[in-house]
Amino acid sequence: MSETWILPLVQIAVVLNAILISVTYIVLLERKVIAWVQSRLGPMRVGPWGTLQPIADVLKLMLKEDITPIRVDRPLFTLAPIMSLVPALITFAVIPFGGHVTLFGHDVPLFIADVNIGLLYIVSVTSIGIYGIILAGYASNSKYPLLAGLRASAQLISYEVAVTMMLVSIVVTSGTLSMVGIGEAQRTSGVWFAFIQPVALVVLFIGGLAETNRSPFDLAEAEQELTGGFHTEYSGMRFALFFLAEYANMIVVSGVMVTLFFGGWLQPFPNIAALSFLGFVPGWIWFLVKVFFFLYLFIWIRATLPRYRYDQLMRLGWKVLIPVALVNLAVTAVVKVLR
Amino acid sequence: MHFVPITPYHYLVLAAALFTLGVIGVMVRRNIIILFMSIELMLNAVNLNFVAFSRLHQHVVGQVFALFVIAVAAAEAAVGLGILLAFYRNKETLNVDDVNLLRG
Amino acid sequence: MMEAFAFYALAALIVGFGVMVIAARNPVHSVVFLVLNFLGIAVMYVVLGAEFLAVIQVLVYAGGIVVLYLFVVMLVTLKRAPEAHQDPHRKTGLGVGLAAAVLAEVIAILVYTSSAAPVLTTAVSAAALKTPALTGNTEQVGWALYTDYLIPFEVASMLLLAAMIGAILFARRAD
Repeated sequence: MSETWILPLVQIAVVLNAILISVTYIVLLERKVIAWVQSRLGPMRVGPWGTLQPIADVLKLMLKEDITPIRVDRPLFTLAPIMSLVPALITFAVIPFGGHVTLFGHDVPLFIADVNIGLLYIVSVTSIGIYGIILAGYASNSKYPLLAGLRASAQLISYEVAVTMMLVSIVVTSGTLSMVGIGEAQRTSGVWFAFIQPVALVVLFIGGLAETNRSPFDLAEAEQELTGGFHTEYSGMRFALFFLAEYANMIVVSGVMVTLFFGGWLQPFPNIAALSFLGFVPGWIWFLVKVFFFLYLFIWIRATLPRYRYDQLMRLGWKVLIPVALVNLAVTAVVKVLR
Repeated sequence: MHFVPITPYHYLVLAAALFTLGVIGVMVRRNIIILFMSIELMLNAVNLNFVAFSRLHQHVVGQVFALFVIAVAAAEAAVGLGILLAFYRNKETLNVDDVNLLRG
Repeated sequence: MMEAFAFYALAALIVGFGVMVIAARNPVHSVVFLVLNFLGIAVMYVVLGAEFLAVIQVLVYAGGIVVLYLFVVMLVTLKRAPEAHQDPHRKTGLGVGLAAAVLAEVIAILVYTSSAAPVLTTAVSAAALKTPALTGNTEQVGWALYTDYLIPFEVASMLLLAAMIGAILFARRAD
C-alpha cells in the first residue's frame, strides 16, 4: 500500500523542483538571447558569463519589501497570484517526459499520471488560470490594473476557442485524449503529427503565444502599456509568483506542442535505418531538446516582432484563427472518416 | 462514521443541501447577480443528482443529461446577464425589488 | 474508507463554499466562492467516476460561465450596495426557516428509504462501488450523445446559437 504512494510523491518532488529551477534559468536565457539579438551581452557580472544571475534574482525577489497598498481587497490580493501559479504547475502532472525507464530495478514511468482525458485536463486547468489575472486586476483597486486585467482575460478567452478546436483536431487524428496515448500514436503511425497537421501546429503556436501573454501578444503586462498591466501593484514575492506562473505556462505550452506535434519523447526519423543510432539517446533527452527548441522560439519571437495593438489582437483571434481552426477541424474529420 | 459505506443516498442528501442553499439565496438576496448565482447552485445540485444516479444504475444517460443541463445553464447565463446589463443601463440599480416597471 | 474520507471532506467544502456564496457581502467574493464550489463539485464528479463531466464542469462552468459573471460584476460598479435599504415586505427569516424545514423533510425521507429496506441498501452500495464500464467514460458519453441522444444534441447546439445571437443583440448599444 505504501509503495504505490512513494513513486508519485518522488515524481512530483522531482518535477516541481525541476520546473521551478528551470523557470529561473529560462529568465536568464531570455535575457541572454534578447541581448545577443540586440548586439549586446546580457547579464555578465554574477558568476561566469552571468550564470548565477537567477540566484541573485530569486534572492532579490524574496528579500524585497512586500508593499501592499492600503485599500486593496486583501484576501483576493493574496489569492490572485496563487490562482495564477497553481494551474500552471498542476498541468505538469499529465505531460509525459518520456516513456518507461528502469531505475534501481523498478519500472519508473516518466510521467506522473496517465489520465485518459489528459488533453482536456490541460485545457480546463489553463482556463482556471484566467482567474488569477482578473482577480489581480480587480483586487488592486486601481484603474490601470483593472482595465489591463479585463483586457488580458478577454484576450485569453478569445484565443482559448481556437486552441481548443486545434486540440480537438489532434484528438481526431490520434484517436485518444491521453497525452501518453498521443505520443504512442505518433510512434505507431511513424510520422509526427507536425507533418499531418501543419495548420494545427501554426494555429496552436499562435494561440499558445496569446495564452501565455507572450510577445507579440503581451499587451496585458508590458511596461509601456497601462503602466505595467495587471501586476502593477504587486511587488516582492507576490510578483515573483506571477512571473513564475508566466514562465511555467511557457514550458507547459512548449511541452504540449512537443507531445502533440513532434513526437514527445520519440526519436526523429525512426524509419530510416541509417539513423537508428539515435535510439541510444534516452527519450527524455529528446523531449528536453525539443522543449528547449520551442522555448528558444518563444524568446526569438519576443526579440523580433513588435507588439500587437489590442483591437488587432482581438481581430486576429476571432476573425482569422477561429475560421481557420473550424475549417481545419472539418477537413480533419472528413479525411479521418474517408480513411 | 467511516464504517458506513457511501451509498448514493449520501450524494442525494448533499445535492438536497446544495439545492436548499440555492433556494435560500434566491429568497434572501436582493442583488440580481447573486440571484443568478444561486440559480447556478441549484442547477449544480441537480447535476450532482444525475451523476449519482448514473453511477447507481451503471448507465451513462445521467451524465449525458447533466451535460445538457450545463449547456442550458450556459445559454441562460449569457442571455440573463445580457438582460441584466440592458436593465442596468436604464435604471442604474441591481436591486431585484426595483424591477417593477410593469407594475400598474 | 478512502472514498468516505474524500466524500465527507468534499461535501464539507462544497456546502461551506455554497454558504459563503449566498452570505458574502461583496459580490466579487461571492463569485470567487462560486468558483471554488464548482471546483469541489468537479472533484466530486471524479469520485463518482464521471471524469469527462468533471473536466467539462471545470472548462465550461467554472472557466467560462463564472468568468462571464465576474466580468458583469466588475463592469457594474455601484455607488450604493443594493442591500442598503430594507424592503419591509420581505421576510427573510421566514424564508430561511421554511427552506430549512423542507431540507430537513427531504433528508428524513432519504434516511427513511435508505434504512427501511436493508437488502436494497447493500445492493445499492455494492453497485455504487463498481466502476461503470470498460471502454472509458469519454467514449461512452460520446457514443450515447451521437447515437441515442443525437436530436437533443442538435437542439442544444441550436439553443446555444440562439443564446449567442441574443446576448450579442443585448450587448449592443442602441445606436
